[in-house]
Amino acid sequence: MILLEIKELTKTFPGVVANEKISIEVNKGEIVALLGENGAGKSTLVKSVFGLVKPDSGTIKIKGDVIEYGDTAAAIAHGVGMVHQHFQLVQVMTVTENIILGDEPRKGAFVSMKSARQEVIDLSNKYGLEVDPDAIVEDLPVGLQQRIEILKALRKDIDLLILDEPTAVLTPQEIDELLSVIKNLAASGVGVLFITHKLREVMAIADRVVVLRNGKLVGTTTPKETDEEGLAQMMVGRNVVLRVEKKPALVKETVLEIKNLSVKDDRNLMAVNDFSIEVHAGEILGIAGVEGNGQRELVEAVCGMRNRVTGSVKILGAESPNLNPHDVRLMGLSNIPEDREKDGLVSTYSIAENMVLNRYDQPPFANRGIRNFSERDKYAEALVKEFDVRTPSFHNLASSLSGGNKQKVVVARELSQDSKVIVASQPTRGVDIGSIEFIHNQLVSARDNGAGVLLVSAELDEILSLSDRIAVMYEGKVVAILNGEGADRQHIGRLMAGLKE
Amino acid sequence: MKLRISKDALVPIGSVLVALGIGAVLIAAQGHSPLVAYKVLLIKGFSSVAGLQETLSKAGILIMSGLAITVGLRAGLFNIGAQGQVITGALAFTFIGYKVQGLPAPIHILVALIFAIIVSSLLGAFVGFLKASRGVHEVISTIMLNSIMAGIVDYLAQNQLKQPGQPNTRTPDILASARLPHLFGWPIGFAIAIALAFALSWVLKRTTTGFELETVGRNRAAAWYAGISVKKSIVLGMMLSAAIAGFTGGIYSSETTGYFVPAFYSGIGFDGITIALLGRANPIALIPGAIFIGGMRSAQSAIQFESGVAPDIINLLLALVLFFATAPFLAKLLKSNAKSVTTTSGWSS
Amino acid sequence: MRKIRNYTIAAVLLAVWIFGYVLDSGITNSVLSSGLRFGMPLALAAMVGIMCERSGVINIGIEGTMLLSGFFGFYAGVYTKNVLIGFAAAIIAGITASFLHAMMTIVWKMDQIIAGTIINILASGLTSFLYVAGVTIPNNWPIFDIPVLSKLPLVGESFFSQQGPIQYLGLIFIPFIWIMMYKTRWGLRTRSIGENPGSADTAGVSVIRMRITNVVLGGAIGGLVGGFICLELVGSFSKEFTAGAGFTALALMIFGRWNPLGAFAAAIAFGLAQALSTQLQIFGVQEIPQQFINILPYVFTIAVLAFSAGKVRPPAAAGAPYEKEKA
Repeated sequence: MILLEIKELTKTFPGVVANEKISIEVNKGEIVALLGENGAGKSTLVKSVFGLVKPDSGTIKIKGDVIEYGDTAAAIAHGVGMVHQHFQLVQVMTVTENIILGDEPRKGAFVSMKSARQEVIDLSNKYGLEVDPDAIVEDLPVGLQQRIEILKALRKDIDLLILDEPTAVLTPQEIDELLSVIKNLAASGVGVLFITHKLREVMAIADRVVVLRNGKLVGTTTPKETDEEGLAQMMVGRNVVLRVEKKPALVKETVLEIKNLSVKDDRNLMAVNDFSIEVHAGEILGIAGVEGNGQRELVEAVCGMRNRVTGSVKILGAESPNLNPHDVRLMGLSNIPEDREKDGLVSTYSIAENMVLNRYDQPPFANRGIRNFSERDKYAEALVKEFDVRTPSFHNLASSLSGGNKQKVVVARELSQDSKVIVASQPTRGVDIGSIEFIHNQLVSARDNGAGVLLVSAELDEILSLSDRIAVMYEGKVVAILNGEGADRQHIGRLMAGLKE
Repeated sequence: MKLRISKDALVPIGSVLVALGIGAVLIAAQGHSPLVAYKVLLIKGFSSVAGLQETLSKAGILIMSGLAITVGLRAGLFNIGAQGQVITGALAFTFIGYKVQGLPAPIHILVALIFAIIVSSLLGAFVGFLKASRGVHEVISTIMLNSIMAGIVDYLAQNQLKQPGQPNTRTPDILASARLPHLFGWPIGFAIAIALAFALSWVLKRTTTGFELETVGRNRAAAWYAGISVKKSIVLGMMLSAAIAGFTGGIYSSETTGYFVPAFYSGIGFDGITIALLGRANPIALIPGAIFIGGMRSAQSAIQFESGVAPDIINLLLALVLFFATAPFLAKLLKSNAKSVTTTSGWSS
Repeated sequence: MRKIRNYTIAAVLLAVWIFGYVLDSGITNSVLSSGLRFGMPLALAAMVGIMCERSGVINIGIEGTMLLSGFFGFYAGVYTKNVLIGFAAAIIAGITASFLHAMMTIVWKMDQIIAGTIINILASGLTSFLYVAGVTIPNNWPIFDIPVLSKLPLVGESFFSQQGPIQYLGLIFIPFIWIMMYKTRWGLRTRSIGENPGSADTAGVSVIRMRITNVVLGGAIGGLVGGFICLELVGSFSKEFTAGAGFTALALMIFGRWNPLGAFAAAIAFGLAQALSTQLQIFGVQEIPQQFINILPYVFTIAVLAFSAGKVRPPAAAGAPYEKEKA
């Protein structure tokens, strides 16, 4: 029985065709994987199905009924549940309030919190997904927040479950658990549309794989008919090397020394706890860990952006100042921030302006407080060329660039100053495979030129393929330091989850 | 370049026309003739040499007050309290202007202006400090300071700084050495305002300090990441804005009023908001709007006498112009792609 | 910890109240009831802010909304010789002004601070132009005691006697908003679209419709406040009568942590401070100049914010227009 039938769906955003005449079917009890690079149009497609995006043309039928564009309520009424890539949770409310939102049980004129609470308990027992109904969402780790999202989707008796990149923030073990929950659901007759760009998961779970590239459907296959290399090729449209080529590390002196560092997060809780580590010239030290274990606070404190409660950070042997990102940079530290839109770029500035954002006041870009635009432009022009930023002109606004090209601007700016210490957080998040390859090679060549790289990433694959040494971070502490060569995925996964040997 | 400017001007011109249309209906509804009223309002300030001189004098003040708001907006600050800073600067200037004797003319003016700037920028620093370190939104604190400064200034002008023997609230006359001369009847203040506009435009564009203010205004997180002290920029931006407002009050006292009465200065700071938003927070682009409004303001005293319409019509017209110029539907209708101005979003500091 | 502190403060205040009542019930009652009279319009105006900001829209146009509704309410009351019609006109004016605000902020996605400023400037321009001096309202709006309740000891004379209908209505209305906000579907959804509109949208709740509704309902309350001040409390309209009250209300909203009861408590405290300063004047503290007494509320507002603003958390989505479709 066909649950979902998408026919010739087209959606354009200003300047981009996100979906071009895409047709997909999902049957009862079937797991369909929607595979594609970032920006291929996967999210847009499923958001159209769920009424969060209004398509330009095409039809969406659920259980035979045509669903009007942008009608989320109708999609829900037809038994569709969706787990969103970016959690759609109200951080300051309880688990129960989040789960019942939109269809609250009532007693008279009021919401009946008692029956709502019971409903959440029943739901969590039914699917074996344990949650505390009274916990405030923001106090929960991301893995549990994900679970709330899933429970929200499963609350109604759904026939079709859409999961938009649900594994991005989970440990390998949590991913396995999630995949088995999905399999059980499918076995009970629920149709599943599962979005991912991780080939391993597709091979493990999908009955059928639909591949999107640049907004077009480029092929349908099954895990039996192909392998990971084959899927990657369909996804990217050319042969891809999934491994980063790199020479053995030539480790030299310590360039970054973090000693007994403790840092608080925005809610004034200790996020980094007595953290010590050394990064040497000529190596990439990867920090593995589930997001939210203090990585962000660690990076901000190292870069002078967040108050260090205790401890010290030495750059090239010299004490670096607290809460002074300006002077920390001048000591020879570069920082590729995890959130380029928020921290890394001023999107209403030109590309050229963004290229000198961290050195606007240094010669030759400024002299005695007066800026020199011709030097800035010369420099920007060279970097745009060297780092292959795809743009008609460096005078264009940064907001006009695609995600991958924005990240290239940030990487170009940070890697072009021959810093001895490079801090890179999630350097390839949300960028296409071509840009990922490019950025990875740039990081490796910075290391080969004698820089020490502190790499923080939630993508375990990225950590594994780039790092010379791997530090596993859990609840603000280093729980283990391993050799990058031959590190075991499952072993690291257990450490990330805080499990002892 | 030329084409873009003329297209960008479509929206302000269109909104003036729509506002005049609505105003005409209201004037007619009150039983007066819109034509007579508009003739006074729009032509009087530009039709004679004397009228033009008064218009430019008013326009100079309004340009400066618009610049005060503009520099705040560029740094992501909405200085709705320019009014309080204008009267503070005006009283400070007047005080030095009548109290200090024996200084030669240019020095006396300079000293009085510097005092006005210091006092008003202290006010701005206070607001900036409240925002940067206590998270108090400048819109609320400056509105409150408007009332507070109005009270304090009124008290001073009624007591310590009062002209002895006068029944009214007013200070003694500013000495001739602190009065700005007119050049054959033409206001020097206007020239100062134009120079200030270009200077400010240059500072914002070409200096690192200007870049810091602008970056903090556009994206605070990125500014901090790039090594800019956000708190310092907030305090500085607020100080600069308040300093220009205080300077405005000083120039107005020196060139036009000659002594201090609180009511002389009413509306200057609020007109500055309208002018800055019409000029879309660009120091140069706000000049034409300021001249236009200056013309209307200089005709204000004549309108009741010559047409019977209440002078408050100008406030209404300006409010309508502001509404139509900032709301996007007119822009859509005229196919202009001018972006609307944003200040900061949200309450968080 | 915070709970314990709050209870302690409440207990101390209660003790002071009873002590004052025993010592001199006349003065205590008069300070309290004039505190209530000063505080109630601000408390109700703060409800406008809460209605808007809890659903994610910053409204600094409360000032203008009250000005417009006070104006239209007053003159409608004058010309129809009917105060009730005056109130109806005030509420309609409030709804109109806030609908304009909703269009600017929610539909056209303009900067919310600028939109509020435009409302304020428009209101000031329109009311000052249309202002007619020298008219008074018909004197048929009642000031009365509430039977039974006004005879209660301690609270009777201060809370339930010699006030107008809206003053009494406020005592019921504010707890009512609290119940709506924390106990009903509407409240849960309102609070969620103020924190994370996406959460409600993905649950099938229309964010845009809900925000417009809340802003307009807030405008109706703002209209009521405008009418309340001009028709019940003061009995006349004067140019710029709001004099910053809309902004003070926002400060009280922040101090009360966007909670209706919190803002009410803050407004009453504020009203009491004002009432006390008036009492000071009566009791021979003549040396304080009038101007300084007049600026006290504004100084108080800044002080309140300086000690609370940085520590409280506004609704996370307040200030940001909701963009449903992001690529």
